[in-house]
Amino acid sequence: MELLAFGKTGWGDELFYATLMTIAVSITAMLIGFLFALIFTPLKLSKYKFLNIFGNFYTTLIRGVPELLVIYLLFFGGSGAVMYVASIFGYFEYIEINAFLIGSLAIGIISGAYSTEVFRGAIKSIDKGQFEAAKVLGLSKFTRFYKIIFPQMLRFAIPNLSNVWQITLKDTSLISVTGLVEIMRQSRIASAFTRDPLFFYSIAGLIFLILTFLSMKLINKFEAKYMNKF
Amino acid sequence: MDIDLIITSLPKLLSASLITLKLLLISLIIGMFLGLFFAICRMSKNIFIKQFAYGYSYIFRGTPLLVQIFIIYFGLAQLEWLKNSFLWIILKDPYWCAIIAFSLNSGAYTSEILRSAFQTIKPGMIEAGKSLGISNKIIFYKIQIPIAIRQSLPAYGNEMILMMKGTSLASTVTLMDITGVAQKIISTTFKPIEVFIIAGSIYLFMTFCINNLIKLLEKKYNF
Amino acid sequence: MNIFKKTIISVLASLLIAGNINADQIKIGTEGAYPPWNSKDAAGNLIGFEVDLAKELCAIMKRECTIVEQDWDGMIPALVGRKFDAIMAGMSITDERKQTITFSQGYADEVASFAVVKGSSLEGMDTPEGINLSLGGSAATKSLKTLTQALDGKTVCTQTGTIHQNFLDSGDVGKINLQTYKTQDEVNLDLTAGRCDVALAAAVAFTDYAAKSGTPVVLVGPTLSGGAFGNGVGVGIRQAGDDKVGKGDAQLLKDFNKAIDKARKQGIIRELAIKHFGFDASM
Repeated sequence: MELLAFGKTGWGDELFYATLMTIAVSITAMLIGFLFALIFTPLKLSKYKFLNIFGNFYTTLIRGVPELLVIYLLFFGGSGAVMYVASIFGYFEYIEINAFLIGSLAIGIISGAYSTEVFRGAIKSIDKGQFEAAKVLGLSKFTRFYKIIFPQMLRFAIPNLSNVWQITLKDTSLISVTGLVEIMRQSRIASAFTRDPLFFYSIAGLIFLILTFLSMKLINKFEAKYMNKF
Repeated sequence: MDIDLIITSLPKLLSASLITLKLLLISLIIGMFLGLFFAICRMSKNIFIKQFAYGYSYIFRGTPLLVQIFIIYFGLAQLEWLKNSFLWIILKDPYWCAIIAFSLNSGAYTSEILRSAFQTIKPGMIEAGKSLGISNKIIFYKIQIPIAIRQSLPAYGNEMILMMKGTSLASTVTLMDITGVAQKIISTTFKPIEVFIIAGSIYLFMTFCINNLIKLLEKKYNF
Repeated sequence: MNIFKKTIISVLASLLIAGNINADQIKIGTEGAYPPWNSKDAAGNLIGFEVDLAKELCAIMKRECTIVEQDWDGMIPALVGRKFDAIMAGMSITDERKQTITFSQGYADEVASFAVVKGSSLEGMDTPEGINLSLGGSAATKSLKTLTQALDGKTVCTQTGTIHQNFLDSGDVGKINLQTYKTQDEVNLDLTAGRCDVALAAAVAFTDYAAKSGTPVVLVGPTLSGGAFGNGVGVGIRQAGDDKVGKGDAQLLKDFNKAIDKARKQGIIRELAIKHFGFDASM
């Protein structure tokens, strides 16, 4: 237990901050993932073949390549790519993207591919008649989407989004290559220092279990509340 | 882009993909047995057996695979009594450590897939079979099993792909799978982008094959 | 919903506002997992010989420095990708690395050595104290032969992408079962766990580990230097170029060389080496 003490001798405070980091990265990544889903879900559902190909390319690529490779590629190629784009606009200085953003972006891109699939599935499972009915009622396209389609989509999507959240949370364990000190990297450092990997990796596992447990509880509560609206 | 590097590293990575495939196949097979066992446990009337199976699935699905591998590889090697037992023969080998971690992980997900597949089997079907005078054995093999397989195929296809991607973590415990070899090439050429792009393409091709395999099986079990 | 919107906007904003490097500031990459060269303490701070030396060199150069943590396997790609400007991570100067980056003059030298857990059959090899592969000679050839025989079929562990791996890959010690790890800490763990018959790294990495952990890890065979082991440890810097960054890199190389000269003359390197290694490893 001394190993988990807070302060200079123990690893308690370091692990606590690492846990906060994991949570911060997971939430940021999940939000970035939503942004990607917002772009790619319409592409996948579009009538145009060309746009479909674009959307499918993203989800197939990201879901078919190990997360570790995606993170490595973004870590080593990310700054270069951004600088290349900037150079097109006549900006040649070094652009730094900090470790937190690189990490969140990498996990976010992965998370986004799963979210896209969830949203696509949710929209598809909405009864076709609803679209027709809304049209017949003469609702505008905007109202149709925000008042009819979106709430229903969310209802179908939430259970599956909680899976995406779990995947995202666990994937953060892979971003230690970016130098970001999250739970996994901190456990690695601590177990190297104390030569007690069994203890620290078990603690890491336990923290993840608690995080998934608590977040599931939260999502269930939210779901119950939200579902009551219908 | 260093085209030469791409050409010279491709054969090395391709031969490493055999290790990846071996890890994947063995883990999936053991995982399938574990999954079946725990799925049956979940349906048990004994509360302890049920809870045990639930706990297993919860723990292995709720923690990152990387943590699981590290506990099994670096963690267990700390226990003196374990190192003095016959188990050390297996745990000494990084290859088996990886397989144990992957199998246990895959088993947890597979047990969930199979459990929900079993639940889709409706008693009405069995009744219908019985009233037609079909024996229990035939009902089981010709009706229940095919329906369960059909139900769980898409989810199991996903699990196969997840596991294939998971095998890339074998490189963290010294194994020379695709990712391990890629990292080795990078350690002397210092060009990560090129090498990871090829490695990624090989993984992507494997995903493509698994997807098509599942589609083929879905057709076969479609009725 | 308002908080939700705000978060999205602030995330977007931080994505777009990507900081620009301060021209005067030098970022130095280190691993933090290779004691006594560089490591981390229980409070999470980077410590070690190179961390102290980096501070001294920056003080001499009168430049502001930050030390960045970077995994070993991505060290050179990260330097090339401009994530930092210099490497001080126990990195030996080798021709292979020089194809991609450049090095300052060496600031410290290390000899490599094999290590085993006490009681191993590999103890008591009949070899001279040390061999230099660049000098060669009959003693070196004979030692390599002894090593080749002793290591035949053994599991030899080392860190990925190091001079030690290059040496083991070169075939100088014949057919071995080579096992590579992400960090030296993991090599040490597996050596004591019994998965490795023998490990190869800087001799100080093992003696430091044995002293701090109290595990019976002992050095065996001759200490190794020269050849695949390179010419001492130096500061890794990007190769000079014609653009603004390239010119800055050329200047940085000059500055580091000057600073190392000065630190050597003032006895700073020697002092730090004795503090961290227990002997004078400066060069």
